[in-house]
Amino acid sequence: MIVKKSKLDFYPYFLLAPSLIFILVIVAWPLIETFRLSLTDARLGGESYVGFENYQELLEKKKFHRVITRTFFWMFLSVGLKILLGLAGATLLNAAVPGRALFRVLVMPPWVIPIAIGCIGWLWLYNSHFGLLSGIAQRIGLIDGPFGFLAYKTPAFYSAIVTDVWVGTPMVTIFFLAAMQGVSRDLYEAAWVDGAGRWHRFRRITIPQIMPVIVTMSLLSMIWTFNSFEIIWILTEGGPRGATTTLIVDTYKTAIGNWKFGEGAARAVIIVALLGIFSFFYYSLIKKLNKFEERE
Amino acid sequence: MDKYSKVQLVLIYSGIAIFLTFILLPFFEMFMTSLRPLDHLFRAPYQFWSDDFSFEAYHKMWETVPLLGRYIWNSIYISSMVTLITMILIIPAAYAFARLDFPLKNVTLSMFLGVNMFTGAVLLIPLYRVLRILGLLNTYWAMIIPGVAFLIPTGIWLLKPYFEKIPRELEEAAFVDGAGRLYMLGRIILPLSTPGLIVVGVAVFIGAYAQQFLFAITFNQTREYQPLPAGLYEFIGYQTVTWNEMMAAALVGVLPVMFVFLFLQKYLVAGLTAGAVKD
Repeated sequence: MIVKKSKLDFYPYFLLAPSLIFILVIVAWPLIETFRLSLTDARLGGESYVGFENYQELLEKKKFHRVITRTFFWMFLSVGLKILLGLAGATLLNAAVPGRALFRVLVMPPWVIPIAIGCIGWLWLYNSHFGLLSGIAQRIGLIDGPFGFLAYKTPAFYSAIVTDVWVGTPMVTIFFLAAMQGVSRDLYEAAWVDGAGRWHRFRRITIPQIMPVIVTMSLLSMIWTFNSFEIIWILTEGGPRGATTTLIVDTYKTAIGNWKFGEGAARAVIIVALLGIFSFFYYSLIKKLNKFEERE
Repeated sequence: MDKYSKVQLVLIYSGIAIFLTFILLPFFEMFMTSLRPLDHLFRAPYQFWSDDFSFEAYHKMWETVPLLGRYIWNSIYISSMVTLITMILIIPAAYAFARLDFPLKNVTLSMFLGVNMFTGAVLLIPLYRVLRILGLLNTYWAMIIPGVAFLIPTGIWLLKPYFEKIPRELEEAAFVDGAGRLYMLGRIILPLSTPGLIVVGVAVFIGAYAQQFLFAITFNQTREYQPLPAGLYEFIGYQTVTWNEMMAAALVGVLPVMFVFLFLQKYLVAGLTAGAVKD
């Protein structure tokens, strides 16, 4: 080691201190405060300690059970679509055809612009009377009159999914594409010499080789999608009649919309707990994968 | 290796066409909407083509929302400040994680990564109180500071591999020459990792640019400080929504950033994914 080893070296902590203090004040302390608030009935007027009453109430509420089920359905469906579309997109953009450099750039705009601005575009696309989608559907005779995609429960949910997939797909695609380009050409050539077809090479070489990236992106994507707020808020504000209310939207509505800080905080703590379980799986999966790689 | 047959080529291009249609459809619709006069927007049944397309909305939008230019600037200013502060904070931290050994290293690193699990939305209530105590509500800082906090972990994660790539011998040589440790970081490590710093800087900027809406609507009531996504809501009037001008403003508003991104995208994509693929 080049650096003298004194018994107590403060240098690393000195380097870490600025970001650590920042995180402690802006993330860790609010997190503890959220937990404390969740044990109170805090509103605008004041607060008093109520123990685990907020949690008890939530666990007994049928409506809240539906919110949790909906959130997981939202997450799995949206992330599943993002991964599938990302894989398809990356495979297409990885094909050695003229124009691919341009196509790769054209995939990126939804990722680069503010999420809220993309959502405004979708809001207008979904408009019943004047939106393109309703217009096309009428023109080709799918529907008789104008159709409000965000006006009914089921269509609103799936419309929000489509927009969420639209926001999340470009980044997934780019990461998959980069991983595919990192796969050694020798592997493909050897397989080709052995007479393996394209599909076979995709399944037996591409997929296993980029698996670590698929795993990383899936889990990151799950966390982001679980907490996806702006998209739902701008499109539907959680409606119609709660059809698009996921946990994060429910938390916001309770805490900021209705000024029930205590009850909102309890929901926030539940989010953190559920995501904590996820990150646990995240780390153990990555570890397993790394071990698997080392063995090979 | 085998070449694509004609059929395969057709399939590939059709696949790309469908994929890009999905990705670009909202932009196309926003652009078409911005070209239509307002009364023609509200015309049923839906018309794909009008004969009276015009760029009028691109002139009128500055009158309808007089602060529009300010909002576009605010968005860029807030993201730039977030990027600057985040970089100043994460450079030493990423260096420590990449190069130094110290007790609790792994614990600290996973603590940072754990922050990735939250978004600002989870912590809005106490964050509001923290910002109020610090006297920062309704200022630019109310949007900058939370932005920085949630980008620090990603930033460290992205920057660390670049520092790891620099040969240790360079540091050793400088150390033998009697260079101080801070001097070494500033004069040897940083210049050598400029490409990485640019990549991470742009990535942090995009992160800050994409997600300022929530903090803006929750922590800032001052119109003059509002970023573009929040400012666009001023096109929603009491009587009508001037959708055409709103779309024009949205497109013009993201243009400066898109322009810069176009120049940097090649380095950005190569650099961003290098870290992720490695892990």
